[in-house]
Amino acid sequence: MLSIKDLHAGVEEKEILKGLNLEVKPGEVHAIMGPNGAGKSSLASVLSGRPNYEVTSGTVTLDGKDLLDMSPEDRAREGVFLAFQYPIEIPGVSNINFLKTALNEIRTYRGEPALTAKEFLALSKEKQKLVEFDAKLVNRSLNEGFSGGEKKRNEIFQLAMLDPKIAILDETDSGLDIDALRIVSRGVNKLRSERNAFIIITHYQRLLDYIVPDFVHVLSDGKIVKTGDKSLALELEEKGYDWIKAEAQQ
Amino acid sequence: MENSTEFLEEIAGKAYEHGFVTDIEMDILPPGLNEETIHFISKKKNEPEWLLEWRLKAFRAFQKMELPTWQNFKMPEMDFQSISYYAAPKQKAKYESLDQVDPELLETFKKLGIPLNEQKALAGVAVDAVFDSVSVATTYKEELKKLGIIFCSFGEAVQEHPELVRKYLGSVVPHSDNIFAALNAAVFSDGSFVYIPKGVRSPMELSTYFRINAANTGQFERTLIIADDDAYVSYLEGCTAPMRDENQLHAAVVEIVALENAEVKYSTVQNWYPGDQDGKGGVYNFVTKRGICKGANAHISWTQVETGSAITWKYPSVILQGDNSYGEFYSVAVAKGKQIADTGTKMHHIGANTRSRIISKGISAGNGQNSYRGLVQIGAKANNARNFTQCDSMLIGDRCGAHTFPYIESKNNTATLEHEATTSKIGEDQIFYLNARGIDTEKAVELIVNGFAKEVLNKLPMEFAVEAQKLLAISLEGSVG
Repeated sequence: MLSIKDLHAGVEEKEILKGLNLEVKPGEVHAIMGPNGAGKSSLASVLSGRPNYEVTSGTVTLDGKDLLDMSPEDRAREGVFLAFQYPIEIPGVSNINFLKTALNEIRTYRGEPALTAKEFLALSKEKQKLVEFDAKLVNRSLNEGFSGGEKKRNEIFQLAMLDPKIAILDETDSGLDIDALRIVSRGVNKLRSERNAFIIITHYQRLLDYIVPDFVHVLSDGKIVKTGDKSLALELEEKGYDWIKAEAQQ
Repeated sequence: MENSTEFLEEIAGKAYEHGFVTDIEMDILPPGLNEETIHFISKKKNEPEWLLEWRLKAFRAFQKMELPTWQNFKMPEMDFQSISYYAAPKQKAKYESLDQVDPELLETFKKLGIPLNEQKALAGVAVDAVFDSVSVATTYKEELKKLGIIFCSFGEAVQEHPELVRKYLGSVVPHSDNIFAALNAAVFSDGSFVYIPKGVRSPMELSTYFRINAANTGQFERTLIIADDDAYVSYLEGCTAPMRDENQLHAAVVEIVALENAEVKYSTVQNWYPGDQDGKGGVYNFVTKRGICKGANAHISWTQVETGSAITWKYPSVILQGDNSYGEFYSVAVAKGKQIADTGTKMHHIGANTRSRIISKGISAGNGQNSYRGLVQIGAKANNARNFTQCDSMLIGDRCGAHTFPYIESKNNTATLEHEATTSKIGEDQIFYLNARGIDTEKAVELIVNGFAKEVLNKLPMEFAVEAQKLLAISLEGSVG
């Protein structure tokens, strides 16, 4: 589904991703771990098309379509979803109005009719329940005055609403207390299906206790240097990253 | 990848959509201003002696006045002698029915989307269209007449209802109020007149569409709205102007009188030509709008969406004379490109238990400079007066400015005054967040700006609100950087 080949990218001439390869198939969950500054969040940014990131070489395709050639909104419409590490506040724009606009833009792009207000509300209710999202937050201004945990949970609610092919969770667990972490993980697990895939970027093994990955990749200095199953995450938790860096240098 | 800055700048350069010129034979007075000009206008309009005298009094006051210096921008040079003070379509001055109106004129209104044609105007909007200086047609007049509502051009009101005009003209904005108001009083050519009799609620929104067409003409319309005891009216004013290189002066006056228990809502969507990218051309919009809550429990509400003009200088105000009267001001002002907006309100609390509410949303983009200027005045007898003021500024880009000048004068210590102010910025990170959810930059700006201005837009009548939302979006696309 998602195919990343020899990806080189950076910001202002500084190369951060240095030949990254990753294949993601439908139904899979990939965890990406790695030390600070390895390029984990840069990968999320490059995939979603954040301005300022420049791709110097390599390819990224989603179901055969060249993602790098698309605007951020077209990537989203093709089915890429980034759960932001730091969700943005937009005062005055209600969460629900924002989501309705987003969903209908995506549907229009795909040649599907826009949802009526009634259909949209029904869908919203269903997804709120699914990911245990507080109904009070639905009508508030987008992320404005939300706690850190509420913002992250809102990302998962949006994920549920927009139903992407590939969801990238950029340190969604950071700043979550244990209860919020459980709720977020339960939401993600309910949304997992044979049609979609997840890339979960995290520092901590903790999240992977709840969302069990099919693969764990270690990103170091802009490359994936080791791939394993969930036991690799436990090993990292115990031993840190230095042994992998040393191994990679050999 | 699409660079949002470039994309937005491109759209910011989008041509002014209403910039067409109608080719109609005009009856134009050559440029120049002296007592002869005033005699000419007054005669042309077949006015009674008292009105000519009033105009002349205003003109003499005008001659002694200087341009104001307190505003937050450099006042442009104004040569009042280079303006033509009268322009009228060269046709019969009065139209019995729409069939007699120059088809090209009707075509212009069609382009502007005004439902002038009565059959099409079933939406329930009565329109008094002011084309340059003469009111062309007033729709729905007959229907309103049955209720005793007078809605006609100012000129017609002078002929048909001189007693009402004489009683109220200049009673809220005196002939010597300020230099632009004095100029208007001296040379006003037409405008709208509304009278709602006692106990009558106007069943439809009354609407005037102003449009400046002729070159070198200032537009000096004058509007007078009187709501008698227990009456209600909602009045809409929309403005556009064709594109011209030179600046056109627009110095209008609006007076509102609300008697006991009366309510008047006055809404404006102003989209005069703002000038080009370099600040060449554009309308100088120097307008005096004031209402008086004369009776107890009267209520006047101003709502304005100001997206056009090179300079906007206006402070719609309310004199809260009647006890328990209520004044409101809701404003969205946009200053982009080289535009300057210096706007706000004045609330004069005179009666007891008077209340006022001010919500101002300023949006600055490009090199635009946006100032909120407000005065809340509590008189010695205004026991328990209350004011709430909220001024929010939004900055788009880093070359624009937002300024706030709130003045408070209180002579009564039972007053309660609240003031809140915020400044925010549309950031690229906000745009990207919306992009990443499938919303393109154009729509993203629209969402953010309309979210910011929502509280004010909600105050507009429905069909106007939709138009205003679109207008805001169009005028701001291309500004994020």
